[in-house]
Amino acid sequence: MSLSIKDDEIDIVIGALRPDLTSFMSEWRPIFSRFHLIIVKDPDLKEELKIPEGFNLDVYKKPDIDCLVGTSTSTIFSGYSCRYFGYLVSRKKYIISVDDDCYPAKDNKGILVDAVAQHITNLTTPATPFFFNTLYDPFTEGADFVRGYPFSLRSGVQCALSCGLWLNLADYDAPTQALKPEERNSRYVDAVLTVPARTLMPISGINIAFNREVIGPALLPSLRLGGEGKFRWETMEDIWSGMCVKVACDHLGLGVKSGMPYVWRNDRGDAIASLRKEWEGVKLMEEVVPFFQSVRLPREATTTEDCVAEVANVVKEQLGSKDPIFARAAKAMVDWVMLWKSVGSSTSSPGA
Amino acid sequence: MATVSPTPLLKDELDIVIPTIRNLDFLEMWRPFFQPYHLIIVQDGDPTKTIKVPEGFDYELYNRNDINRILGPKASCISFKDSACRCFGYMVSKKKYIYTIDDDCFVAKDPSGKDINALEQHIQNLLSPSTPFFFNTLYDPYRSGADFVRGYPFSLREGVPTAVSHGLWLNIPDYDAPTQLVKPLERNTRYVDAIMTIPKGTLFPMCGMNLAFNRELIGPAMYFGLMGDGQPIGRYDDMWAGWCTKVICDHLGWGVKTGLPYIWHSKASNPFVNLKKEYKGIYWQEELIPFFQSVALPKDCTTVQKCYIEISKQVKAKLGKVDDYFNKLADAMVTWIEAWDELNPSGNISAKIPNGASK
Repeated sequence: MSLSIKDDEIDIVIGALRPDLTSFMSEWRPIFSRFHLIIVKDPDLKEELKIPEGFNLDVYKKPDIDCLVGTSTSTIFSGYSCRYFGYLVSRKKYIISVDDDCYPAKDNKGILVDAVAQHITNLTTPATPFFFNTLYDPFTEGADFVRGYPFSLRSGVQCALSCGLWLNLADYDAPTQALKPEERNSRYVDAVLTVPARTLMPISGINIAFNREVIGPALLPSLRLGGEGKFRWETMEDIWSGMCVKVACDHLGLGVKSGMPYVWRNDRGDAIASLRKEWEGVKLMEEVVPFFQSVRLPREATTTEDCVAEVANVVKEQLGSKDPIFARAAKAMVDWVMLWKSVGSSTSSPGA
Repeated sequence: MATVSPTPLLKDELDIVIPTIRNLDFLEMWRPFFQPYHLIIVQDGDPTKTIKVPEGFDYELYNRNDINRILGPKASCISFKDSACRCFGYMVSKKKYIYTIDDDCFVAKDPSGKDINALEQHIQNLLSPSTPFFFNTLYDPYRSGADFVRGYPFSLREGVPTAVSHGLWLNIPDYDAPTQLVKPLERNTRYVDAIMTIPKGTLFPMCGMNLAFNRELIGPAMYFGLMGDGQPIGRYDDMWAGWCTKVICDHLGWGVKTGLPYIWHSKASNPFVNLKKEYKGIYWQEELIPFFQSVALPKDCTTVQKCYIEISKQVKAKLGKVDDYFNKLADAMVTWIEAWDELNPSGNISAKIPNGASK
């Protein structure tokens, strides 16, 4: 029962951490070519980008970023965080973002997965965060609410975020992948489900889509590891951002879905090398998770910006003294809200 | 590559409880998987009827006369003319684990065409930990080929004991009467290759068609309520047990899993008959859900029985005004626990309330 979405309501935002996007774009062409793309080049990347012809796109590089937000602010968009610049400048309702080492996957029947279509379906059908449906997404073809599901909860709530998954190289942390170097994810789970309210999860930025109008400001660059690198094993920025998004969604009565679509994530990097380099992210999660589980937002926080500002406050108060990384993250969140208000707000932003 | 150790049979530690009013022909199809196990058959309806059990199965069978004889006046808590009577089987079992299945449920096939050994999968689910405090986006991290994803705290990776394994159904899905009326031809053909822990603080509709649990841990909470003959409601027995069970598991720090295994559900019950049974439930559940979502169990409820008695008090206090049925149900819940403790005197599993992450 999804609404019919026009292609021009969608932006596909790609953070380019590697210069040669030829094979990436070629593989995605059948799925991406209808849409407008925003490609943001990692400001630290020195080489020129190679992008094939035939796409409707805008490319943003360091000079563009510097120009819009100033050279001191542009550092927040380094590495994987470059994509947030794309979220900031987009004016579309829906954004879909995949990492530049991900390719279209095939489902169990060998058919190419249209990740864009699935994300849009997820975002435009209701989410059901208040009660778990044992047949997963009740709005999908061939499924429904099961016996015992309260009728008053069957209309669901708006879905703000759609978190996809990965075949081949799953989004494991470095210790896990290092322990199981040969392990690849080959299990295609044919389901989408709503992550229940007040349940937190690690939201990976590798394959994600969201309703920018409703939740845009909560996807933000703020937690930056001391040794943050150019492999996902060496980052936690998306996990942190995802916690903020989920807390905001729970507070605002919005839904978060997880499951399909899958993308095929190519082998890249060496987990053991990353392991030697960086334990920081893994250690931090021990603080981060209980913290976010305890966050309660006040009733007065009625917009996403309010929620982000409130979370930033609590981060500063409760975590700031434990590690300077959190104090910096809190400040980055406050700065982001201001940046979003001045640069990111679209002219037709709906009231909360 | 790590070797996957075979799933233990647990044939002396698990009972299969089957409520029936018709016959047990369906057991023939399950024979390769069920024959090693002891069956507890709870015969509902007319006790003078003889239920034929296929040759070669080791079983005990209880009809209404047996239930009345064994429980005396406490037999009033066991439903009559409703599959809710199955919980009598849980009470008289002496095993650590229970698997319960309906007599219209058959062996399903997985996408490769192989017969699914549902019992083996349930055992795997029960013997591996649950992860209720933080959702793993790759579902069950203990399955071969999966693990915890980036961002999952290491301190939560040991998991907690699994109390319940809730399986699903291909073919006839477990829909309520209104949905059956609107979609009489819908069949569940989607095989979702996942098992997941239902997060702490989240309720779900527990179906008793294909269900396994650790009786030693959670048995006393698996009371299937007052349904059927002389009662204003039916088809909410497993729902009631599921909500009580989930609240108690959340409180005591145990996990509830849902997903695989699938069975093949062959018989669609009559939606008009179902509507009459469910009718009150459809209204009442609008009160029941907020009730269960807000139940707070005090810290000194350290056993399942204590938790259950506490819930029964709150049922009386808060739901008695919805309908007098809930006063009777609250009393029956107490009777159930008394009967359970009489038949199972050896002891309560006391759980230390975990200092886990709060809801």
